[in-house]
Amino acid sequence: MIPLVVVALVSLAVLAFEVLLIRLLAITQWHHLAFMVISIALLGFGASGTFLALTQRVLVRRFHAALAINAAALGICVIASFALAQRVPFNALAILWDPRQYLYLLVLCLLFTVPFFFGANCIALAFLRYGAQIGRVYAANLLGSGIGALCVVGALFVLTPPEVLRVIAGVAVAAAALACLDVPTARWRLAAVGLALLAVAWPLGAPEVWTALRVSEFKGLSQALTVPGARIIGNYGSPLGDLAVVESPQVPFRHAPGLSLAAVGEPPPQLGVFTDADGFTAITAFDGRLPPLAYLDFTTSALPYHLLDRPEVLVLGAGGGGDVLQALYHEAARVDAVELDPLMVQLVREVHGDFAGGLYDLPGVRVHVGEARGFVARADRQWDLIQIPLLDSFAAAAAGVHGLSESFVYTVEAMQRYLRRLRPGGYLAITRWLKLPPRDSLKLFATALDALAQEDVADPAARLALVRSWNTTTLLVKNGAIAPADIEIMRAFASERSFDLAFYPGMPASEANRTNVLDAPYFHAGATALAGAGRADFVARYKFDIRPATDDRPYFFDFFRWRTQFELLGSPTVGVASLLEWSYPILVATLVQVLALSVVLILLPLALRQRGDAHPDRWRIAAFFVAIGIAFLFVEIAFIQRFVLFLHNPLFAVAVVIAGFLVFAGLGSACAPAFAARLEQARVSALEIAVGAIGLIALTYLAVLPPLFDAFIALSQPVKVALSLLCIAPLGFWMGMPFPLVLADVKARAPDLVPWAWAVSGCASVLSVVLATLLAMQFGFVAVVSLAIVAYALAALLMRAPLHHGLKRGELP
Amino acid sequence: MFRGIQRRRHRRGRGGLLRAVVAVVALILAGAAAASAAEDPFAERRAALTRSIERLAAAVYPVAGRAAMMPQVLAALEETPRHEFVPPKLVSLAYANRPLPIGFGQTISQPFIVAFMTDLREPEPVDIVLEVGTGSGYQAAVLAPLVRRLCTIEIVEPLGRSATARLARLGYDNVEVRIGDGYNGWEACGPFDSIVVTAAAGHVPPPLVRQLKPGGRMIIPVGGSFAPQQLVLVEKRADGQVSTRQLMLVRFVPLRRSGR
Repeated sequence: MIPLVVVALVSLAVLAFEVLLIRLLAITQWHHLAFMVISIALLGFGASGTFLALTQRVLVRRFHAALAINAAALGICVIASFALAQRVPFNALAILWDPRQYLYLLVLCLLFTVPFFFGANCIALAFLRYGAQIGRVYAANLLGSGIGALCVVGALFVLTPPEVLRVIAGVAVAAAALACLDVPTARWRLAAVGLALLAVAWPLGAPEVWTALRVSEFKGLSQALTVPGARIIGNYGSPLGDLAVVESPQVPFRHAPGLSLAAVGEPPPQLGVFTDADGFTAITAFDGRLPPLAYLDFTTSALPYHLLDRPEVLVLGAGGGGDVLQALYHEAARVDAVELDPLMVQLVREVHGDFAGGLYDLPGVRVHVGEARGFVARADRQWDLIQIPLLDSFAAAAAGVHGLSESFVYTVEAMQRYLRRLRPGGYLAITRWLKLPPRDSLKLFATALDALAQEDVADPAARLALVRSWNTTTLLVKNGAIAPADIEIMRAFASERSFDLAFYPGMPASEANRTNVLDAPYFHAGATALAGAGRADFVARYKFDIRPATDDRPYFFDFFRWRTQFELLGSPTVGVASLLEWSYPILVATLVQVLALSVVLILLPLALRQRGDAHPDRWRIAAFFVAIGIAFLFVEIAFIQRFVLFLHNPLFAVAVVIAGFLVFAGLGSACAPAFAARLEQARVSALEIAVGAIGLIALTYLAVLPPLFDAFIALSQPVKVALSLLCIAPLGFWMGMPFPLVLADVKARAPDLVPWAWAVSGCASVLSVVLATLLAMQFGFVAVVSLAIVAYALAALLMRAPLHHGLKRGELP
Repeated sequence: MFRGIQRRRHRRGRGGLLRAVVAVVALILAGAAAASAAEDPFAERRAALTRSIERLAAAVYPVAGRAAMMPQVLAALEETPRHEFVPPKLVSLAYANRPLPIGFGQTISQPFIVAFMTDLREPEPVDIVLEVGTGSGYQAAVLAPLVRRLCTIEIVEPLGRSATARLARLGYDNVEVRIGDGYNGWEACGPFDSIVVTAAAGHVPPPLVRQLKPGGRMIIPVGGSFAPQQLVLVEKRADGQVSTRQLMLVRFVPLRRSGR
């Protein structure tokens, strides 16, 4: 019993560390980097299998010592590897210029591999030791991981990321102490006491500087703090992000992105709020007087206010409140503002409420904590204007670092739902940074055309307008045809502010590209082509991927096209760096590295073993664990996305859904031995039934979930969580079975191959995550799930014939 | 080339003579550089860098009505000891055509970008120019020999102090460095024939537009410090009207030729 608890605790620590690492790297570096580093680090699982394949005889004999040492090493290394990693002078931004950065990146990956290696050793050792109860060990592993996912999210609400790191270290060392208690002798008791002391001393005693976050000096927060007088006046954290409030009294922030060159006024004093040391929003001083806000009329997002009279406005993404102020300046009759992060709302409403002039509590202003899609789905009213402001930083947008992130805000389905919440004559306004050549703005334009077509609008292009400044674009979608009077207002608005109109129905080419002059009228030509009959041809010929994002393929920020990138790399000029889209190449680079390392890790033990004792079924076993590793995570990742869309809170939903999957899979795994025993004489095996069930349920869900979600979207959050878990339960339950069923078989007939199977499955899981993202970006989640079902079927086929009994050396057949 | 000259004549109407004078000065400077090559261990690398920038320029130009990079800009680049402007441990990389970190989250720009922005200013020996964001002072050092007076503002105090000392030590005596906020420009030094400013707050400070002379130009690099995405060129016409051009740093056509 005790070793099972140890396995659960170690699994908890490992999963918590993995999730925490995403947060830590997102703060000190950038999010897309975290994906790569963690993917490669998770190969520690593969390395563990390889290591144990070579050392199992020795280690299983000293099981308790090995378990305790590995658990303690995990605890030591979560802090040590992070402390060392912070000393690696890696600068992601210089990677194109400086080949040494690749070396630093490799060092980072290797450092984080170490804790995963030790953690995985503990779990695999238990598999080796408790052959008959592999189902229960696997169940403990999955349950622990599931709880870890929930715990780390919960912990991040009350502790800072470095503090959580220390707690994880403590839990792992405590697991080591517990492992010692399993042996009832005085010496082991003493060891347990020693480790228990270490479990407290190490997290509390490790020097502060080891875990203090060293934020890249090129991130916005670091740069803001180099300004004389600038200082952090508050730090607030939750799993949604770390917020740092910065005051800069000597040199004001003057945050007004996209401000017209014709503007005269300077923004009022502001406090800067940095999310994860980068994403910037400002809280603007407000004393109830509107004239100081005049600058807000000089941005492209102000255009809809000139087309509407005292509109009721919905702002999706309130941030520090700039867009609420813009609405107030233009005498909006009512403002609803939605903000995902409750801390951000608290900052504007309470902590700096006086500074912000009680903005969020003014009559007519209502602030809602929630996610944009979810709010719109549940809303029971309509607005004259829905604003989706700029939320990401320009630098992040330009470098394409969000390419790997799903966003359900900018999909075709999302836009349809926004449009349904518009009153007749109302506008949807979406502002993006201007990139050259155009990417976001044209993709949005195409998205709007699709959304309108899906809503059975006869002439979608008649409802669209696009305006641009020298660094922002705003797309307007009207609920109704844009009238000549509207166009007159747009023209006047643009000309007074040195903006350019890039599209309105019937816009002549001569009117485009006049004030902010580009080499060619890219925006007007692009929008016109998209609105016309030659759309498919234009999209195919465009050198960036501007196909609209959908809920099935929600990668709005991914513009990558292979041939363009090759063409750019062949080009002799330096501006190339600005056009390279990073996300996809990073994903591919990760895949290649994971694949190469996996092959090494899987082949190494075979190469080092003597030739005589090779098990005849080893390749069949390997193929099975590759298939099952890939299939499990394909299904998990794809359905997590589905449920995230339903639950509308990326963080909470992910935690619940992941925990749900793991816990129910743990239950399935625990039931696997009994289930197999009952079917001993039957014509179908337990594995085949499990695989059949997974396929059936997954296929059913692909068809049933979208309409089901639409029907239940308005229910309250707890009910929706319960409903989600209910849906996940049968799928997870059956998905928990194949792995322990076959591993138990391997344990019985080819015991030496258990760690090797663990290595194969570890590598396949990592590969699967990277591959799933890659495939989802290209083909969508339905394709990913379909492939998973194929992989499951393949796995079942591979195990149709029973495994041979392995031969001991010298034994006769 | 021709279009460039014509435009410049239109601007001030006295381009030819000045150009000739500047070209002669540049030639003399280049000659002096060659003479001192023996004692300057970096001279050869600097010459190689200048040649590579010339080649890059040939691939990017014509740009914004300019046919080619001005020879005096290239000469100035070849004259400027970039190794004096990079941190000591990066000296070996000083003449690589790449940006380098100089601390405080700042970089010394890529030499090509420096040359490009200097050229876009269309510097003339009578010009008074402003730079917001001194950094290491390299950009100022390249530009200073081509203009009459250069005022430069740095917000990060340690950077500003070391740039001041460095520029003084190297004898750039038409450069004035001020440590402080660049948003309001430098009224006493202006009005300016050209300004370079990084758009830190996501917009162009209106006071800078006001301090630009009619006919003057402002250049704004947009994007990350290691990989600027575009240059925005603000032109103030004689009548005070302002227009911008947006220049990509790569010759890139966003559409493939249509099939067939």
